[in-house]
Amino acid sequence: MATAKKPYDIVKMARANARPTGLDYINNVFEDFFELHGDRRFADDEAIVGGIAKLNGRPVTVIAIEKGHNSKERMEHNFGAPNPEGYRKALRLMKQAEKFKRPVICLVDTSGAFCGIGAEERGQGQAIAENLMEMMVLKTPIISILIGEGGSGGALALAVADRVWMLENSIYSVISPEGCASILWKDAAKAEEAANSLKLTAQDALELKVIERIIPEAGIGTDAFFKRVQRLIDKQLAVFDKHPIDKILDKRYNRFRKLGAQ
Amino acid sequence: MPFIQFIHKAKNELEEGGRQSAMIADENEPTKPCPNCRRQVALSELWANNNTCGCGHHFRMNARQRMKFITDEGSFNEMWQEIVAKDILKFPGYVKKLESANNACDEKEAVICGTAKIGGEECALFIMEPYFMMGSMGCAVGEKITRLFEYATENRLPVVGYTVSGGARMQEGILSLMQMAKTSGAVKRHSEAGLFYLTILTDPTTGGVMASFAMEGDIILAEPGATAGFAGARVIEQTTRKKLPQDFQKAEFLLDKGFADAIVPRFKQKETVAYLLKMHNGGSTDGNSEETL
Repeated sequence: MATAKKPYDIVKMARANARPTGLDYINNVFEDFFELHGDRRFADDEAIVGGIAKLNGRPVTVIAIEKGHNSKERMEHNFGAPNPEGYRKALRLMKQAEKFKRPVICLVDTSGAFCGIGAEERGQGQAIAENLMEMMVLKTPIISILIGEGGSGGALALAVADRVWMLENSIYSVISPEGCASILWKDAAKAEEAANSLKLTAQDALELKVIERIIPEAGIGTDAFFKRVQRLIDKQLAVFDKHPIDKILDKRYNRFRKLGAQ
Repeated sequence: MPFIQFIHKAKNELEEGGRQSAMIADENEPTKPCPNCRRQVALSELWANNNTCGCGHHFRMNARQRMKFITDEGSFNEMWQEIVAKDILKFPGYVKKLESANNACDEKEAVICGTAKIGGEECALFIMEPYFMMGSMGCAVGEKITRLFEYATENRLPVVGYTVSGGARMQEGILSLMQMAKTSGAVKRHSEAGLFYLTILTDPTTGGVMASFAMEGDIILAEPGATAGFAGARVIEQTTRKKLPQDFQKAEFLLDKGFADAIVPRFKQKETVAYLLKMHNGGSTDGNSEETL
């Protein structure tokens, strides 16, 4: 799937307003979604939408970072930048999924965890860290799909999974190309250069073994496209059904353990 | 007001004559200005006091120096020194940066790991190095930390960790980010084996390290005045266009918001760490002592 597109073109596509967002997937890939709100500790963070739904008839827990399409929606969902309570809500729903033996599907699309005074006061770092630890041992299968931007720790906090997939024109990066350029070269305009260096495309992630699959974007947003995504998830869940959870957890640990190992 | 209390304590210590080094400073000696009390502090005074000023200000400290003051003499057995960064992504300027980091602090990576005794208590220990690319975490750091936790789990040892980091290392891209998950997995397995993990946050602990193993300790201590947070203060100021509270992301702020258990000044750290290790029975809760019930 080598394309002639430059990495920074893909960055722009990953951020495009018209791209299907988390809720589009929830509404088109899943059936009978019932939204569950709140982290039971502080608040409900609308940057993360989660609940129970059916996938091809099977009960699942689905959790999505939602950016919104227009400015009204974007404001409502804080531009898809979660606060600590968003990550804590996600963890609550994951623990619930574990209890009721439902697989977890995460849809990731964020420029990063929210940078704010309140976010720091309520422990953004701690909230992300806790998700990383707990997801590693969550006793139910997890699939995470990066559908747009996979921005750093704020994306990883929903992507410690048995399978991580990326849409063809999504990105996954340790830092935004703009942030990288301004730190390294004191010039945010060099973002294009940074995007080349950071190796943030789906193809790069696949080659680095950070993800298992690239989902082609042909017909993105159409019924056929969503049906294709549904079938991929369904097939993968059928594979998990055949294996005991302890084995799945060992594989999950080793999946990350071998990244950057020497 | 823990910081104020601490300032008084440090002064008392000086007044009691506990810090003789204050007297040996002579006029020709090189000095360093203290950003807190603005006094010119003699380097010999700093060295004798673990890089703290009499006013209570904690200067940055390299990993070897820290190792020497916290461990029992000669007890540190360093492991995995051979694990060093590789320029996997061929990132512009990275090889040069690694070389100059190596020259700056004589360390090969941004963390040192090993086993040690602290107040007679055996533990696995990691100390991050601020002078090596500001303690940033790439694959080598992630691998060393992960190995340390796996070793500690296998050998039933508690882990003591000093964190200082600018976050995940950009030059290793997405693989740096993955080290957050990798280390967190190892910490969790260590925890599930019933073993004790103590973190001490030092200045600064931020980004990907803050959002992984720095915040995963059973007990989290912080050095006075240390900055610890996820997002950089400047970025937050630019994003929110709000003035930040004065103690924002400082150790005192973390204590106040409930994200640190205690602030422990350097001169009390060894006895505190030893006490906490003892209280956790060498870190092990293997459940073999069920004589009653």
